[in-house]
Amino acid sequence: MRRIGIDVGGTNTDAVLIDNGEVLRAVKAPTSEDVTGGIIAALWALRAVPAGQGDVDSVMIGTTHFVNAIVQRRSLSPVGALRIGDPVSGSLMPFCDWPGDLAQIARGGVWSVGGGHEYDGRPILPLDEDAVRQAAIEMRDQGLTAIAIASIFSPIDADHEQRAAIIVTDEIPDAVITLSSDLGRIGLLERENVALLNAALSGLAVQTINAFEAALHQGGINAPLYITQNDGTVVEAATAIRFPVYSFASGATNSMRGAAYLSSIDNAIVVDVGGTTTDVGQLVSGFPRESNTVVEIGGVRTLFRMPELLSFGLGGGSHICLDPLRVGPLSVGYQLIHDGLIFGGNQLTATDIAVARGLLDLGNAELLRSINADTQSAVLAECERLLEEAIDRVKTRAGDTPLIAVGGGAFLVPDQLRGVSDLHRVIHGDCANAVGAAIAQVSGEVDQIFRDLSRTEAIEQATRLATLRALEAGAAEDTLTTIETEDMPLSYLPGNSLRVRVRRVGDVAGS
Amino acid sequence: MNETRELSLDDIESLAVGAWILGTGGGGSPYLGLLNMRQLYASGHRVRLISPASLDATDTIAVVSNQGAPLVGQERLTDSRTTARAVALMEEITGVQFQAIMSLEIGGGNAIQPLMAAAHLDRPVVDADCMGRAYPEAQMTSFAVGNLKPYPLTSIDPRGVESVVYKVPTWKWMERVSRKICTEYGSVAATCKAPRSGAEIKRWAIPYTTTKAIEIGSAVRNAQQLHHDPIEAILRVEPGKRLYSGKVTDVERRTTEGFLRGQVTLEGLDDSQGILMQISFQNEWIVAWQDGTPRVTSPDLICVLNTDSGEAIGTETIRYGQRVSVIALPPPEVFLSARGLELVGPSAFGYDIPYTSVFAP
Repeated sequence: MRRIGIDVGGTNTDAVLIDNGEVLRAVKAPTSEDVTGGIIAALWALRAVPAGQGDVDSVMIGTTHFVNAIVQRRSLSPVGALRIGDPVSGSLMPFCDWPGDLAQIARGGVWSVGGGHEYDGRPILPLDEDAVRQAAIEMRDQGLTAIAIASIFSPIDADHEQRAAIIVTDEIPDAVITLSSDLGRIGLLERENVALLNAALSGLAVQTINAFEAALHQGGINAPLYITQNDGTVVEAATAIRFPVYSFASGATNSMRGAAYLSSIDNAIVVDVGGTTTDVGQLVSGFPRESNTVVEIGGVRTLFRMPELLSFGLGGGSHICLDPLRVGPLSVGYQLIHDGLIFGGNQLTATDIAVARGLLDLGNAELLRSINADTQSAVLAECERLLEEAIDRVKTRAGDTPLIAVGGGAFLVPDQLRGVSDLHRVIHGDCANAVGAAIAQVSGEVDQIFRDLSRTEAIEQATRLATLRALEAGAAEDTLTTIETEDMPLSYLPGNSLRVRVRRVGDVAGS
Repeated sequence: MNETRELSLDDIESLAVGAWILGTGGGGSPYLGLLNMRQLYASGHRVRLISPASLDATDTIAVVSNQGAPLVGQERLTDSRTTARAVALMEEITGVQFQAIMSLEIGGGNAIQPLMAAAHLDRPVVDADCMGRAYPEAQMTSFAVGNLKPYPLTSIDPRGVESVVYKVPTWKWMERVSRKICTEYGSVAATCKAPRSGAEIKRWAIPYTTTKAIEIGSAVRNAQQLHHDPIEAILRVEPGKRLYSGKVTDVERRTTEGFLRGQVTLEGLDDSQGILMQISFQNEWIVAWQDGTPRVTSPDLICVLNTDSGEAIGTETIRYGQRVSVIALPPPEVFLSARGLELVGPSAFGYDIPYTSVFAP
């Protein structure tokens, strides 16, 4: 089985070729404005040696392109928002808690119709189908084709969202519809926000994924394309086109998955030290632990499948201030090769300190003679303190834990850290993100409230549903395993209500 | 104290932060109420706050709250018009005309409820409540301590379902019957409690708690902006005590009889190094144990705050690894009587321990 994994980052496009689980070749190319140029360059570099040639079974691409579009407010489609929940959710309409500049671009129009469900699955009101049709006609007249539909308690019962989608498609045959129940968790505004973001990206998603396909073609690759997701799994390109929001955090996630793979350690903390920031996350059974709380994206509150990450300003390019001592959060970033002291620049950086200390051989160490051993020790001790604090915050249990250090700035991680039992550095650690993409699997997830069932029965039922969803996503049944089970009793709800979340993953079938 | 003042939107932003802190772990997040108020202010509505001292003895005041499960509120959201309708229905069935509106509980989302009704009905809000914090049940109020009449109550569902609890013999009965109605609605209801006279408010309400919540919230927000210690900032405006700083090492939760019960375990940091603290909760923080012995109990307010931001952490959302500071705030005096302690002292939550205030000299 030969796979290519590609990580399209803001600065670099990394690519690896994996054959039967072994990394054969890893390359880097600068990310191009049009995204495809960087991918083609990386593919050519991969295949420039004999070992890199020959057929591949699949290509997995991870990209930060979609989250960057939200943050930079570009290439977004105006969205027709349909809320199903009148009159219950009446005064807080879609986009009500968005930053003004983003709402201005993304808000095509807002409609509210009767319907929605209770937490126990009873309808709040029957779906007002006439009102849905009327809304669809108005959307069509306004030329809106990117549509988001959100209904109250749709994670419990998605029927109203699904029926509304059929009516909208009937009136707007070329509509691209996002249902909140396909994406988010309980919490209407946050789930609806995810659907709105997804709909706003629908045009860009088609364009980008088609560009990926074209780049593979031009790079001489004829293999199915998969896109990596926030949870460390992949979906087929056709599915990914429908859910661009699921790739928002795939860069950090892929690094963590790659770290697990390269070190053969499934339960550990991973620190990914880049040029400007360090991401710290926890691997549980080889996957990043998921966030349970609201995550803001471009100023929009969301609640969906995202990894729990702690990011802070420490990286190879971090500015060092000596009086008072401060490391980061400012960074020279990719300008390190001009601004760092070792390259004849004027800015003292974390990389300079590492070179002075002999941790790294880079640039001209002669230029660092003014940096004495005490200064080096003080700066490295500050890096150590920042890392220890972050690692401790990410832990879910007391006690020492294994740590895997990856990323281009991993040399800043000392061998001994408080709270760490053993530190692992891995070969190809600077391409861990592309490795994580190459080895990704597929998953199915359930997050639902169960009533009048024992805890065991509720978890069993959730597991069955998660299995079905994983199979739908293309998993091979005999490889499925449960990687996450979580339950939470709910206050003030009758009948022993229990909220259960289960996630199952398996290998891509037939590869 | 100014008798009447118009609340600015900035006051209401601060109220949301302060009310969440006074929620002592429960009461639901004020976020949805705050969103409603931002919209109402954007469309020109304004709310006036009046001192309870300015009320005439014969005035009639509406007391409002949202009842139900915070999780259901996260889906069904909070419609600002529903609470206003509960007040209007109370006027229809009793024939009274309310001069002002007041909050049942200043802790959590219910701090904002009267503001929404007030904006729609153009009445002032009384600067008071009858819990001084959040509590899980209807009989845990200063009005119950005063044995005031518990009925009638109006309960609204925005689908046009409107109920009245016409008469009950006790506050406990009101809790039972109104809770059943709320459950049938889908576990969320906007309610208007028994109308109160100006005289009753002056004698039994807990005064100036809206202002208190605004001051606490404002202190925290200012400290955040200036990168000062937000905990210190709270203690400069409130005569509270910093009890502990540490990190969460264990959270245990279960639901029984519709309440979220459990305990969190904290490991000390900084000045609290080496000290173990556990805090038991029933929706709200009830007893804080230090090295196994009770250190603070209800009715003293136990507030668990994010050490960095100073914002409150709720019993539903607290989790392992969070850095928290625990502070105590003094209880409303009305709960210190024998009757008060019977309703909200440790025994009311099933703890067979005496109440000794952490503020006792």
